[in-house]
Amino acid sequence: MNRIELKAMAQVEQERQAKFRCRILCCMSTPCISSGASKILAAFADAITAEGLAAEVEAATSGCMGPCSRGPMVTIKNRGEADVIYERVTPEMVAPILNRHVRGQTVPSLDARILSHDIPFFAKQEKVVLAGSGDIDPERLESCVAAGGYEALGQVLREMTPSDVCVEILRSGLRGRGGAGYPTGFKWQRVQKATGDRKYVVANGDEGDPGAYMDRTLMESDPHRVLEGMAVAGYAVGADRGYIYVRREYPLAAKRLEKAITQAERAGLLGNRALDSPFNFRIDIRMGAGAFVCGEETALMQSIMGRRGQPVPRPPYPAQQGLWGAPTLINNVETFGNVAMIINRGAEWYAGLGTEKSKGTKIFALAGKTVNTGLIEVPMGITLREIVYDIGGGIQDGRAFKAAQTGGPSGGCIPADNLDTPMDYEALAALGSIMGSGGLIVMDDTSCMPDVARFFMAFCMDESCGKCGPCRGGTVQMHRILTRITEGAATMKDLENLEELCGMVKDTSLCGLGQTAPNPILSTLRFFRDEYEVHIRDHHCPAGVCRFDNAVSRAI
Amino acid sequence: MTVVTLTINDRLISAKKGSTILEAAEDADIFIPTLCRLKGLSPRGGCRLCLVEVEGSPRLTASCITQAQEGMVVRTETETLGRYRRMIIELLLTERNHVCAVCVMNGRCELQRMAARLGVDHVRYEYRYPDLAVDASHERHVRDPNRCILCARCVRVCDEVEGAHTLDMMGRGIHTNVITGMNIPWGKTRSCTSCGKCVQVCPTGAIFSKGTGVAEMEKRQDFLAWILSGRDDNIWNWGE
Ligand SMILES: Cc1cc2nc3c(=O)[nH]c(=O)nc-3n(C[C@H](O)[C@H](O)[C@H](O)COP(=O)(O)O)c2cc1C
Ligand code: SF4
Ligand code: SF4
Ligand code: SF4
Ligand code: SF4
Ligand code: FES
Ligand code: FES
Repeated sequence: MNRIELKAMAQVEQERQAKFRCRILCCMSTPCISSGASKILAAFADAITAEGLAAEVEAATSGCMGPCSRGPMVTIKNRGEADVIYERVTPEMVAPILNRHVRGQTVPSLDARILSHDIPFFAKQEKVVLAGSGDIDPERLESCVAAGGYEALGQVLREMTPSDVCVEILRSGLRGRGGAGYPTGFKWQRVQKATGDRKYVVANGDEGDPGAYMDRTLMESDPHRVLEGMAVAGYAVGADRGYIYVRREYPLAAKRLEKAITQAERAGLLGNRALDSPFNFRIDIRMGAGAFVCGEETALMQSIMGRRGQPVPRPPYPAQQGLWGAPTLINNVETFGNVAMIINRGAEWYAGLGTEKSKGTKIFALAGKTVNTGLIEVPMGITLREIVYDIGGGIQDGRAFKAAQTGGPSGGCIPADNLDTPMDYEALAALGSIMGSGGLIVMDDTSCMPDVARFFMAFCMDESCGKCGPCRGGTVQMHRILTRITEGAATMKDLENLEELCGMVKDTSLCGLGQTAPNPILSTLRFFRDEYEVHIRDHHCPAGVCRFDNAVSRAI
Repeated sequence: MTVVTLTINDRLISAKKGSTILEAAEDADIFIPTLCRLKGLSPRGGCRLCLVEVEGSPRLTASCITQAQEGMVVRTETETLGRYRRMIIELLLTERNHVCAVCVMNGRCELQRMAARLGVDHVRYEYRYPDLAVDASHERHVRDPNRCILCARCVRVCDEVEGAHTLDMMGRGIHTNVITGMNIPWGKTRSCTSCGKCVQVCPTGAIFSKGTGVAEMEKRQDFLAWILSGRDDNIWNWGE
């Protein structure tokens, strides 16, 4: 297929869609499926056939729309009308929805289930990476192409040199979305300049952070966008092969990626002579077995090569020596998800989004005690307050906001005083937290901070790979001390030991897991030290979470 | 020979280009503590005892895997490094069951010696007392995971030098363990050649010869350098 044929394919699909008076899009991503989306889609399809509406109404699969905890979600696109989104759709609602949107009947009972498009949850978002997510059918190439899929690849293959592409990404200001925020353009240039007969591109879709599902959603909802980003990267750095590493817990993402790869290869968009150019690019999927540390880039590459997934010391960096000793570009899935938009709309446009040093948008998995939870994409630099109170709709039951945890087990907490902090890499780092991959847990006054720290330490302890002594043994001891604190059995000496361990594990561990494992403790100590002290001195948990059944006997 | 010049603890040192900071220091008789490193095996960077401070680098640097560079300024003995190293040793002691008084390596153990040398005179952390079974199924050697520090020297020597790959690691975090075969008793493995290399390189009493009693085990680590230099000099390569 060449670019003209690509455009033709897009047009055919657009015309096909335009034929329908009403299109019913059912979210078929993991959260909605688990609340029964498959039955809803089937019910719409059945009703359409039964009522002979097949020529004017279509029921189709789509990706995630965002408010995932309110699934199954359904969008109605009625010709000439604004889109309507229904939440918590049940099979009983299928007939009334059809009646309302096809036959124009008024059905007041449905109103309660409509999520208006202009509520702050949607209005404050800016969808760049997820632009196609709630719209396209991730299992149909035509649907993705109709939304502009592979246009960027076509453009770079015809109109740009590999160096141009690297410069364009650099100028966009895009930074890695996997956690550390390294400038993506620099990384591409390094791989491009590295010498080697063979080079590789790796997409990191491991996403081991508890509670995070940004990457899963992107892979499930718009797999072609990730593949296209990888192919553009492959062209830019001179690689002819890519791997996308997906964790075992994401079977649907893997299935859709596999389907997408097959479809794109058949259509001549990937594989040999992509888009009738001399560029060859094959992508393979690798499944991880579910170890958090396999998201760490050196461990991930070991795992791809079939070895024990353990980090190896850097340097050499993957850009010099990665897979099988060859220069390797490794980026997060969401990072690749930005690429096509940067090419399509230009680096200037992209650099206009976000803040001076943090460009573009970021996807967050908003969880915890806000009224609205789900997946959101916001411009960088939006304040935490806007996320919590506008998009999130405030705290449930009108309780008080206490803190937001960002960055998962490598991150930290932002207290209420800092609600006006802009969400960008620098501002979060200044507060001792990190952007991380996008987990965002909002806590109210019923959360106990030492207990929160203990939760994350338990995670790091279980996920430590065991290769280096400080992380393997240190996380265990830190967890023990935190447990004693939350059981009312600790002394002030324990707190001192805990702080000393935090410093040692941070400074001496081999990989990022150990180096960041103490962060949740350090940040809660920074803002909520009194809570630790009250637990120890008074055997009292201000949030009422911890029980002190053993405290009396131990305290004597 | 190309040489680089660097400063270690305020002393100017010349080192062969390509050598690690650790090798450069050792050649100049500067002591840097190590446990997972053994000359002749691939570097691992796991024990973290060999960390040093390099001027201009915000992070501590593992000297066993970092090449000495021209003009580097390195410190190997600072208050922080000493404190961290002692804490790392303390953690190793709490992880498993180290009861030196009844250990075959008492008096010759590298962990024990390192603890003494670095000044670890007590342990501030809770002992874990894991329940780990001793494997005495091999006719000549015994593996006692209670004394293991997970340095993987045995795993590396068996794989890289003997070529048997009988030993490997299983599990993660604190549950990591050395296994034999596909986690079957050592005596039942068919790949083990009983060469005894793992016995000789193990720094502690975790692998020892059957029949040795308390404080009786002696290990000869210089054999590794001897075998490897023999191989490098092509002594066994009769084709040429
Ligand atoms: C313990 C650990 C886990 C990680 N997990 C992930 C992950 O799940 N996904 C990811 O993209 N990056 C993860 N990273 C970061 C990667 O090592 C790497 O920095 C990233 O994939 C680079 O891509 P980027 O530049 O696009 O962010 C992890 C790092 C550490 C230390
Ligand atoms: S820091 Fe933890 S996860 Fe990383 S290598 Fe060391 S033990 Fe493994
Ligand atoms: S291995 Fe070393 S430290 Fe451990 S018990 Fe034996 S002698 Fe003591
Ligand atoms: S005796 Fe030799 S072959 Fe057997 S496990 Fe030890 S090193 Fe490997
Ligand atoms: S058995 Fe000995 S050599 Fe092997 S990992 Fe344990 S301590 Fe190291
Ligand atoms: S999964 Fe359906 S809206 Fe997110
Ligand atoms: S000797 Fe360098 S980390 Fe063990």
